[in-house]
Amino acid sequence: MSTALSLSDVTVTYPDGDRRLTALDAVSLDVAAGEMVAVVGPSGSGKSTLLAVAGLLLTPDSGRLEIAGQDVTGLGRGRAADVRRTSLGLVFQQSNLIASLTAREQLEMVARLAGRHGAPVRARADELLDAVGLTEAADRRPHQLSGGQRQRVGIARALMNDPALLLIDEPTSALDHERGAAVVDLLARVTRERAVGTVMVTHDRTTLDATHRAMEMVDGRLAALVP
Amino acid sequence: MFLAVRDLRFAKGRFALMGAVVGLISLLVVLLTGLTAGLSRQSISAITSLPGDRVAFSTPAAGESASYASSRLSPSARDTAARQPGVTDAASLTLAPGRVEAGGRQAAVTLFAAEPGSFVAPAGLSADRVAVGEDLARDQRLATGDTVRIGGRSYAVAEVVPDASYNHTPVVWAPPSALAGTAGGGSVLVLRTGSGFDRDGFEWAVGARVMTVGDSVSAVGSYTAENGSLTLMRVLLMAVSALVVGAFFTVWTIQRTPDLAVLKAIGARTGYLVRDALSQALVLLVVGGGLGTMLAAALGRLAARSVPFVVDASTTLVPLLMLVAVGLVGAAGALRRIATVDPITALGAAR
Ligand SMILES: Nc1ncnc2c1ncn2[C@@H]1O[C@H](COP(=O)(O)OP(=O)(O)OP(=O)(O)O)[C@@H](O)[C@H]1O
Ligand SMILES: [Mg+2]
Repeated sequence: MSTALSLSDVTVTYPDGDRRLTALDAVSLDVAAGEMVAVVGPSGSGKSTLLAVAGLLLTPDSGRLEIAGQDVTGLGRGRAADVRRTSLGLVFQQSNLIASLTAREQLEMVARLAGRHGAPVRARADELLDAVGLTEAADRRPHQLSGGQRQRVGIARALMNDPALLLIDEPTSALDHERGAAVVDLLARVTRERAVGTVMVTHDRTTLDATHRAMEMVDGRLAALVP
Repeated sequence: MFLAVRDLRFAKGRFALMGAVVGLISLLVVLLTGLTAGLSRQSISAITSLPGDRVAFSTPAAGESASYASSRLSPSARDTAARQPGVTDAASLTLAPGRVEAGGRQAAVTLFAAEPGSFVAPAGLSADRVAVGEDLARDQRLATGDTVRIGGRSYAVAEVVPDASYNHTPVVWAPPSALAGTAGGGSVLVLRTGSGFDRDGFEWAVGARVMTVGDSVSAVGSYTAENGSLTLMRVLLMAVSALVVGAFFTVWTIQRTPDLAVLKAIGARTGYLVRDALSQALVLLVVGGGLGTMLAAALGRLAARSVPFVVDASTTLVPLLMLVAVGLVGAAGALRRIATVDPITALGAAR
């Protein structure tokens, strides 16, 4: 099975007064296509930082980075945007939708960025909205959606470009337990059916059953979770 | 455009307000442009439509510049002028304030006195026939064949000529005899020149100062001053619109920074976002400016009945295009800020 994400010895430090705070300490992680990896850990341990690095939003101080088999270490801003557009799906801690766009348009926007539009794009957007159970809400704007519905639009949007790698930060934070479980099941299904590599950061340990592997982040170090 | 039009619709209150501001500025710019063109037509149309390409003035006194009113280039200089290299023809022209009486009504005019048959003179001009400007013909209801009195003599109207205003008065082309009753005026030579024309040699030989007909508008009384101040007002209005549009798009860009971060995080390049926002600015400027311009053109048509005002493409479309261009420059200045939005902030919404 091919590798969706490969991080080797990635270190990230942030300025912290006159010292530097090590947010990621020589972190290595491989995620195969079709595999779902959960990352748990206390607040401030570096989980979001890990996703920022894997999502090419943050350049690490050192270490190597591959996405879908391509070396993407140290790309410039424009090239990094190109990789995000073609190969990555990002779901944020808050759903982060664009206020002026309807649910369907949030998804169409992704295709627009890649220069695609028209009937096939709409059909695909509707198919994805259907998959996350939002057929009825396709024409509503973010302020007309509940928190859970927004979260699901965010997930559908992340799948719009058929990503090789899906990076998800706390998908269940805004949801009740039942809804949260449904979202995680959905992610597990998508991971399997579309052969995406998925990294999901979560606080909610009850969702771990749906994943293949769980890792724990403690003080910037990543290790397999001992249950 | 995909995002731009949806943002426009979503924030229509803000964009409508800004469009109204752009519309009002374009209204002012277009009204000023029409008025400037109208005043300038009244001031110099008889000069710019002279049938030569250069004008010779008597050398002005030190510290002064050449002027139609104070030039004293006597008709005898004409023969010397005509012999200079590169001069194909030269004709004497005298400009003097005068009065014309027609049907018991009097009107202040500028007499353009020229030798009948010389190339500057309108075709119908003769010892007892004059040509009147169309403004005068309209105001005094004169037509070809009517009789006018100038300085106690009677002349027949041989012709009504267009574009014949000078220094905000209508022009009457007359034979030199019509100058008899006036206090006299400025005299110049109108030249037709060819390739061998040597300006310095000509000025030295004739004792004159030579300008092209186009440049010679600076020698018409108050033209430069009044045109200059109106032009300054237009330039300032353009600058104001660039600043206002720039300020609007600065605030707008700051407001939508979270959206921009998300868009970048899902793979939008800065160039795409800037182009999208510029298309939004273009819509704003064209719609707002277009409405303002149409209103100004309608008002201008009404105003043209009582004040000098020109409504044509050069006084409506041209200022509109300029306004759109400077507005886009203002917006582009503000939109550089898009480049500084860091997509990582999309991830850190909970931070
Ligand atoms: N921009 C920054 N500048 C300085 N320090 C930062 C910055 N971003 C994060 N940090 C620090 O880096 C460490 C890791 O932060 P990170 O956001 O990755 O934690 P997290 O595991 O996602 O926490 P949470 O579960 O609360 O979301 C924290 O100590 C945090 O204070
Ligand atoms: Mg976090």
